[in-house]
Amino acid sequence: MWLKRKRDQVLSVLLVLPSALAILVFVYGFIALTTYVSFSNWNRLVPDYSFVGAANYLRLFQNPRFLITLRNLGVFTGLFVGGSLVLGFLLAVLLDRRIKAEGLFRTIYLYPLALSFIVTGVVWRWLLNPGSPQMGSTGINLLLEMMGLGFLKTGWYTDPRIGIIAVAVAAIWQMSGYVMAMYLAGLRGIPEELREAARVDGASELQIYRYVVLPLLRPITFGALIVLGHISLKIYDLVVAMTGPGPGYSCDVPAYFMWELTFRANRFAQGAGIAIILLVIVSILIVPYLRYSLRREVET
Amino acid sequence: MRKVVWFLAVLVVVGLLGWAQAGTPLVLDKPSSLADISLKVFGDSAYAPAIMRATNSKALVDHSFARISRLDEILPAGAKLWVPDAAWAKAFLAVWDPNRVEDLFGGGKLVVGSWWTAGGEAEGLEALFALYRESFPDVVIVNATVAGGAGFVFKAVLKPRLIAGDPPDTFQLHAGLEVEGYSPEVYLRPLDDLYAIFGWDKVFPPDLLDLMRYEGHYWGVPVNIHRSNVLWYNKEIFAKYGLKPPANWDEFFQICEVLKEKGIVPITLANAGGWEAPHLFETILASTLTPEEYRGLWTGTTPWTHPGVTQALEILKKILDYVNPDYSAHTWDTVLEYIAAGRGAMNVMGDWAMGWFMAKGVDVGWAPVPGTKGVFVALSDTFAFPKRASNPINVIGWLAVCGSKEGQIAFNMRKGSIPARTDITPEEKAQFNPYLQSCMEDWARDAIVPSVMHGAAAPESWVVDFKDAINLFLVTKDVAGTQAALVAAAKAALGK
Repeated sequence: MWLKRKRDQVLSVLLVLPSALAILVFVYGFIALTTYVSFSNWNRLVPDYSFVGAANYLRLFQNPRFLITLRNLGVFTGLFVGGSLVLGFLLAVLLDRRIKAEGLFRTIYLYPLALSFIVTGVVWRWLLNPGSPQMGSTGINLLLEMMGLGFLKTGWYTDPRIGIIAVAVAAIWQMSGYVMAMYLAGLRGIPEELREAARVDGASELQIYRYVVLPLLRPITFGALIVLGHISLKIYDLVVAMTGPGPGYSCDVPAYFMWELTFRANRFAQGAGIAIILLVIVSILIVPYLRYSLRREVET
Repeated sequence: MRKVVWFLAVLVVVGLLGWAQAGTPLVLDKPSSLADISLKVFGDSAYAPAIMRATNSKALVDHSFARISRLDEILPAGAKLWVPDAAWAKAFLAVWDPNRVEDLFGGGKLVVGSWWTAGGEAEGLEALFALYRESFPDVVIVNATVAGGAGFVFKAVLKPRLIAGDPPDTFQLHAGLEVEGYSPEVYLRPLDDLYAIFGWDKVFPPDLLDLMRYEGHYWGVPVNIHRSNVLWYNKEIFAKYGLKPPANWDEFFQICEVLKEKGIVPITLANAGGWEAPHLFETILASTLTPEEYRGLWTGTTPWTHPGVTQALEILKKILDYVNPDYSAHTWDTVLEYIAAGRGAMNVMGDWAMGWFMAKGVDVGWAPVPGTKGVFVALSDTFAFPKRASNPINVIGWLAVCGSKEGQIAFNMRKGSIPARTDITPEEKAQFNPYLQSCMEDWARDAIVPSVMHGAAAPESWVVDFKDAINLFLVTKDVAGTQAALVAAAKAALGK
């Protein structure tokens, strides 16, 4: 009996061992290597691993383009995560009303998720292309004009004050369906009795949502937050396909700048520095969630 | 259609001229060793390995030739050998590593890396391949192109392969300081000996040879020359309003004022790729500085605080008042639609724009960028020779084709650039279109300065800093701040 348990333990460890080793080497090992490279002097094609301290990080933070990309990342993350959550929740609430063509609407809202960011980028590049007075408006601007809302026309991603906001619009369009699907499942999981009880106690619909539904959906909100957050912080292919760095780097993001710095300017060590900075930012987002969910698991 | 006929005619003439004959057959009348044969034909027994390789290559395709398995083999009477021409044999000796016995047996591949995937440039590359196959039918050519504007993606693919020791056998490299980004002293083979053997140091113009030299060596063989400082203009609009191409910036801005009132975009600009606007700026720099001062910017003899730089920034700032507002949504080719549709009048772009206009059937006018008459801002595509190429002997033939007159004419007629060689005869020149002919004349007599955005004037890290500074300027229009950024970029690159 004891032998069988021992054998099971050994077997389970053996089963996990290959994956664990692979992750140890390819994830944690490479993180360690990248961290070391970011402190090294490797800024030409030939690798140079001599230690130079935080010089690369200092140079990065003195680079105006890098600071712009950090600002863009903050704006994009805020808009994208917030916008997707709000829009996804609203769509889920509307679909939860047991309307007739619910399956059809659900499919339509979910379809963008199946596209790659490259396709989304190209499509929205055309849609948000403002056109010009000489060649005429195109895309959304043309639509606004035809609807008599011409005063709402803007330069979208050609306007440096808007820039990354246009990219966020495309990203929200793609991912809000995913959030909607998650919330829909969550809403279906809330027993109707709870809502009935709240109504009996005299709560308005809005209060029901605020005090009953939303708190119960908190785990879903967290899950969506994590997924959206990590997509947002690593955003790269959408920027490449849709706008490029944009006027005055108003659409630039750290991942794009890192690629250009590493493979165009040969500044491998500085590129590694950006990668580590991104890792730290992602950790700030994920680690509290991991601790929270681990604590909850222990409690239950 | 006429172009196709001309191209085929050139190919036939070239074929007859003897590219198919990179040597001569030799039938032995008595048993001899390779050393003896080499002594008899070349006057030096050292060329034995070259003869062995050439014969084995021929034998793969034509079984009447002897298959030689050892360098010291005594070949029987009646054996048919292929004696390569002297230049190739010398080059073979220069390149061949005696430890690589496999190189004596012919065949193998030639992996050619480039970013020429579109239209005329892909056809030009195919023309070079065709010429190569005539001389070296035993080699399999692998066309390892990677699509992506201006080699952006290709370079990202190439660099890790260079570091890993698995590069393509040859790859496209811009002439000039772009080679610095490949750490050539570690990864590339210097080509000085091949330049001497094939006579390239006599047939390329001295200004281009200066550009090709880095750390005292040549690293690539140029196939073409492109010009960066060309002003393209819509002939109909100019005729309608009685305008002439501007010779200086004052005339240019007068024309802009006239056109702006008429609701036409005076000067169209693109910047989706991030490089088109800095391209415009480099041509403005070529107009506010003398050629020596411009070259000095990149070597450190001209400080970036020079008033010519300030003046260039002011001119760019003024130009921004006359450009199409959606410039950051356009790449260099999509913005030319303005000119094709008659809604925009002028554009500054390199002469690859001519290829676009020809494809659209637009009869476009051209002139040097205002203030740059007599200055040729040049860039050139070359092919390099990595040290760890898997098929080094096959690369010799490729570089020979690229540097040959036949190769350059065949390639450039398709690509829309001009040959780098100076020995093109007037009859051969007449095959090119009128713009290219005028370009060749300018190339022969203008002052040649290197383009920065296309890899000639500065190493890539500096090019990226320069590009970033100008891109920010487009929005901030801060002359002093941008000039300071350019000074800092120069300091970072030159280490002063």
